[in-house]
Amino acid sequence: MSKLHPIVSTLLKRIGLGIISLFFVTLIIFSSVNLLPGDFVESVLGQTRTEESVKIFRKELGLDKPYHVRYVNWLTSAIQGDLGSTFSGRNATYANQPQQSTARSVSSLLKPRLFNTFFLAAMTAIIAIPLSLLLGITAALYRNSIYDRTVNASALTTISMPEFFVAYILIIYLASINQFFPSLSNVTSSTPFFERIYLSVLPALTLTLVTVAHMMRMTRASIINLLSSPYIEMARLKGISKTQVIIKHALPNAWAPIANIIAFNLAYLIVGVVVVEVVFVYPGVGQLMVDSVIKRDIPVVQGCALVFAVTYILLNLIADVISIITNPRLLYPK
Amino acid sequence: MKSSKQKKDLLLDIQNISIEGFSDEIWHPIIKGVNLQLYRGEVLGLIGESGAGKSTLGLAAMGFVRTGCRFTSGSINFNGKDLTKLSDKKKQQLWGTKLSYVAQSAAAAFNPAHRLINQTIESSLSHKLNIKETLQKEAVQLYKEMQLPNPDEIGERYPHQVSGGQLQRTMTAMAMSSKPDLIIFDEPTTALDVTTQVNVLATIRSIVKEHQTAAIYITHDLAVVAQMADRIQVLRYGNTVEVAKTSQMLKSPKEEYTKSLWAVRSIKKKEQKSKEIILSIENVSASYGSGPKVLQDININVPTGRTVAIVGESGSGKSTTARAITGLLPPTQGKIIFQNRILPMKLSDRTKEDLRKIQMIYQSPDTSMNPRHTVREIIGRPLSFYHGINKEKNTDKVLELLNMIELDDSFIDRLPEELSGGQKQRICIARALAAEPELIICDEVTSALDQIVQEGILKLLLKLQHELKISYIFITHDIATVKAIADEVVVMHQGLVVEQGSKKEIFSPPHPEYTKLLLSSVPEMDPNWLNKVLEN
Repeated sequence: MSKLHPIVSTLLKRIGLGIISLFFVTLIIFSSVNLLPGDFVESVLGQTRTEESVKIFRKELGLDKPYHVRYVNWLTSAIQGDLGSTFSGRNATYANQPQQSTARSVSSLLKPRLFNTFFLAAMTAIIAIPLSLLLGITAALYRNSIYDRTVNASALTTISMPEFFVAYILIIYLASINQFFPSLSNVTSSTPFFERIYLSVLPALTLTLVTVAHMMRMTRASIINLLSSPYIEMARLKGISKTQVIIKHALPNAWAPIANIIAFNLAYLIVGVVVVEVVFVYPGVGQLMVDSVIKRDIPVVQGCALVFAVTYILLNLIADVISIITNPRLLYPK
Repeated sequence: MKSSKQKKDLLLDIQNISIEGFSDEIWHPIIKGVNLQLYRGEVLGLIGESGAGKSTLGLAAMGFVRTGCRFTSGSINFNGKDLTKLSDKKKQQLWGTKLSYVAQSAAAAFNPAHRLINQTIESSLSHKLNIKETLQKEAVQLYKEMQLPNPDEIGERYPHQVSGGQLQRTMTAMAMSSKPDLIIFDEPTTALDVTTQVNVLATIRSIVKEHQTAAIYITHDLAVVAQMADRIQVLRYGNTVEVAKTSQMLKSPKEEYTKSLWAVRSIKKKEQKSKEIILSIENVSASYGSGPKVLQDININVPTGRTVAIVGESGSGKSTTARAITGLLPPTQGKIIFQNRILPMKLSDRTKEDLRKIQMIYQSPDTSMNPRHTVREIIGRPLSFYHGINKEKNTDKVLELLNMIELDDSFIDRLPEELSGGQKQRICIARALAAEPELIICDEVTSALDQIVQEGILKLLLKLQHELKISYIFITHDIATVKAIADEVVVMHQGLVVEQGSKKEIFSPPHPEYTKLLLSSVPEMDPNWLNKVLEN
């Protein structure tokens, strides 16, 4: 085996590209975070600050060093898995007597939040992906029927409404008028599994409603796109039923675009759901990031942004892999 | 007695069938009341030009109409059941069991996502004709009969991993898998090279005979159908022109239209020699990117005012030669000498005069003209580019060119979509002529056209050559076309020139190995041609 299998070489190429884009993303994260107006030290020390205390506090946080040094330090420790320590864990009263131990590490802050976010994303994905595939396939099967139009119209309606609005409607009907589910989803690390699911139903449902439309319409379009292919006509003339033609002959050739749109939506579920988190008071990464921006807690903001970037790149990598392994022309070269 | 026996053996009886297609907001008739009878074990050839309704009728024999089409009247009796009245469910039970279909392009008709063996047995399996293992064994047996290489393993491959000829044979095996009563072959060899076609024809014919399967064989090539069919039915504009036994049809076709179907084969140009050479290609090699050499050290001479035909199969380097001459693909080695001057290799290094003197006409007039330009703009463009005749003053010149290509003045403001295929190709010829070239390269210019239209285009090209003393390089895979137009012939194979000589030299023995194979593979009208080829 002197030559790598094309799937391996493609994969290596994509991983390489992913690492390069991740590097650029760190540059962007670092510079944009540092461009944020306001200053952590000044806002924490507030009115009581003296020039001396500001200086000491700065030094302790490492903010006295030039930008490029701070970037390199941040990057090298991030590569080793250390995202640094939060600023806000320190107390202003200790500012004059530095005590390293009071500062929490960014990772320890991020971990439970990240778990919550992944939990909600996974729960939504488990509902939304099969649902949108099912709706997309059936809509393609009965295309231009009343069923197809109803599915399309309702999917478009839910996607056209702002997500907080969808959330409030669900709260009114499922938490307020009929008290099926709680309107607050304040889970903690000690919440038992099933209660966690129960608490997360409404946010998961909201996110399902806003993501199903994309995935369902892409599934429908990719399948319909293939229905005029000669091999579909051939399958019909082999006496294969319409449902089987779509599932066995059209769908296997439609995975690549579908996988891409699913990856896109999964990424959204992890990085873009802050509004829904706020409505349901769900302790996810989005809230953490927004809070940290308000507090100008730079290491946490950077940590969150980095996690988001890695998620995006990984999900797209997975989508690429799926489009390769579902295409025999790439998987089994001549 | 005879009539009762025939009645019993009548497998398919299509009575007065009419089919309409929906386009441009109205229903157009495609098939206008056609009758078709087929007996058990018989092969019926269905022949006609594009648009005659052959495929529509072939599919109708299965009770199938494409999306946007509908049956309007008539009946299709298959084994005593009227397919036009059956529900989709009932028809599904017949399709892939009693009725099978073999499509024109095997490469497109196989699902790229599944292995061949699974597609071969799919219909039999889904109709529960047998268990998977048995069906697979039978499929391998069919692969053997179809003379596929490695019949035990070829089924494990995906469609893109086998050649076009092998795919076409696999598709026939797929159609045979359920042991159907009737197979529709829809131009099964049209997309193949002639040398590949011979084997596919032979295997299809033997397997159909062996299994006593009835078949409808659709094609536009009379010589092919002569090998395959017991009877021939000629279609035109959705009507039956003529039905007769194969031997009878070939010997004494009744209708004028049937005779015209082998029109091109009747043109025979007398070859002429010329001492002067307008273009010579010396030791030219070329490749795409850093890939393998597509042209290997080729030498071709084009005599002034004469026609050199370049023949070969797909992938032989014919079109690449044209690209090398025009500078679209600069050769990596060698010299191109035009009118005793070495031409720069790259297009961008050539002068406007160099460009003007060599023009090209392409295979598909549909894609080589801007659909938004009128005929005046299409022909006027080279007039203004090469001769500085601008739009306001070009009317006379455009009309003169239209006159040369035998189209009247009313065509000047038409758009390409308002022209027929043959008219479009004529406009492309006029566009080439507008530059007043010395050499025109015709790349498969008649391949996409029907026989009668081909004849018109070839005659026009010959007339223009006679009047204007233009030299032609005529690229084609069709030997009949070569015989019709060439003075000299170049045979190409896998990027090499196999031989070059006068038409007489090339077409008379002794032949190099490849020329011999190529010439012997061209179907002839003789119904025994295939037998003779196979004997040798």
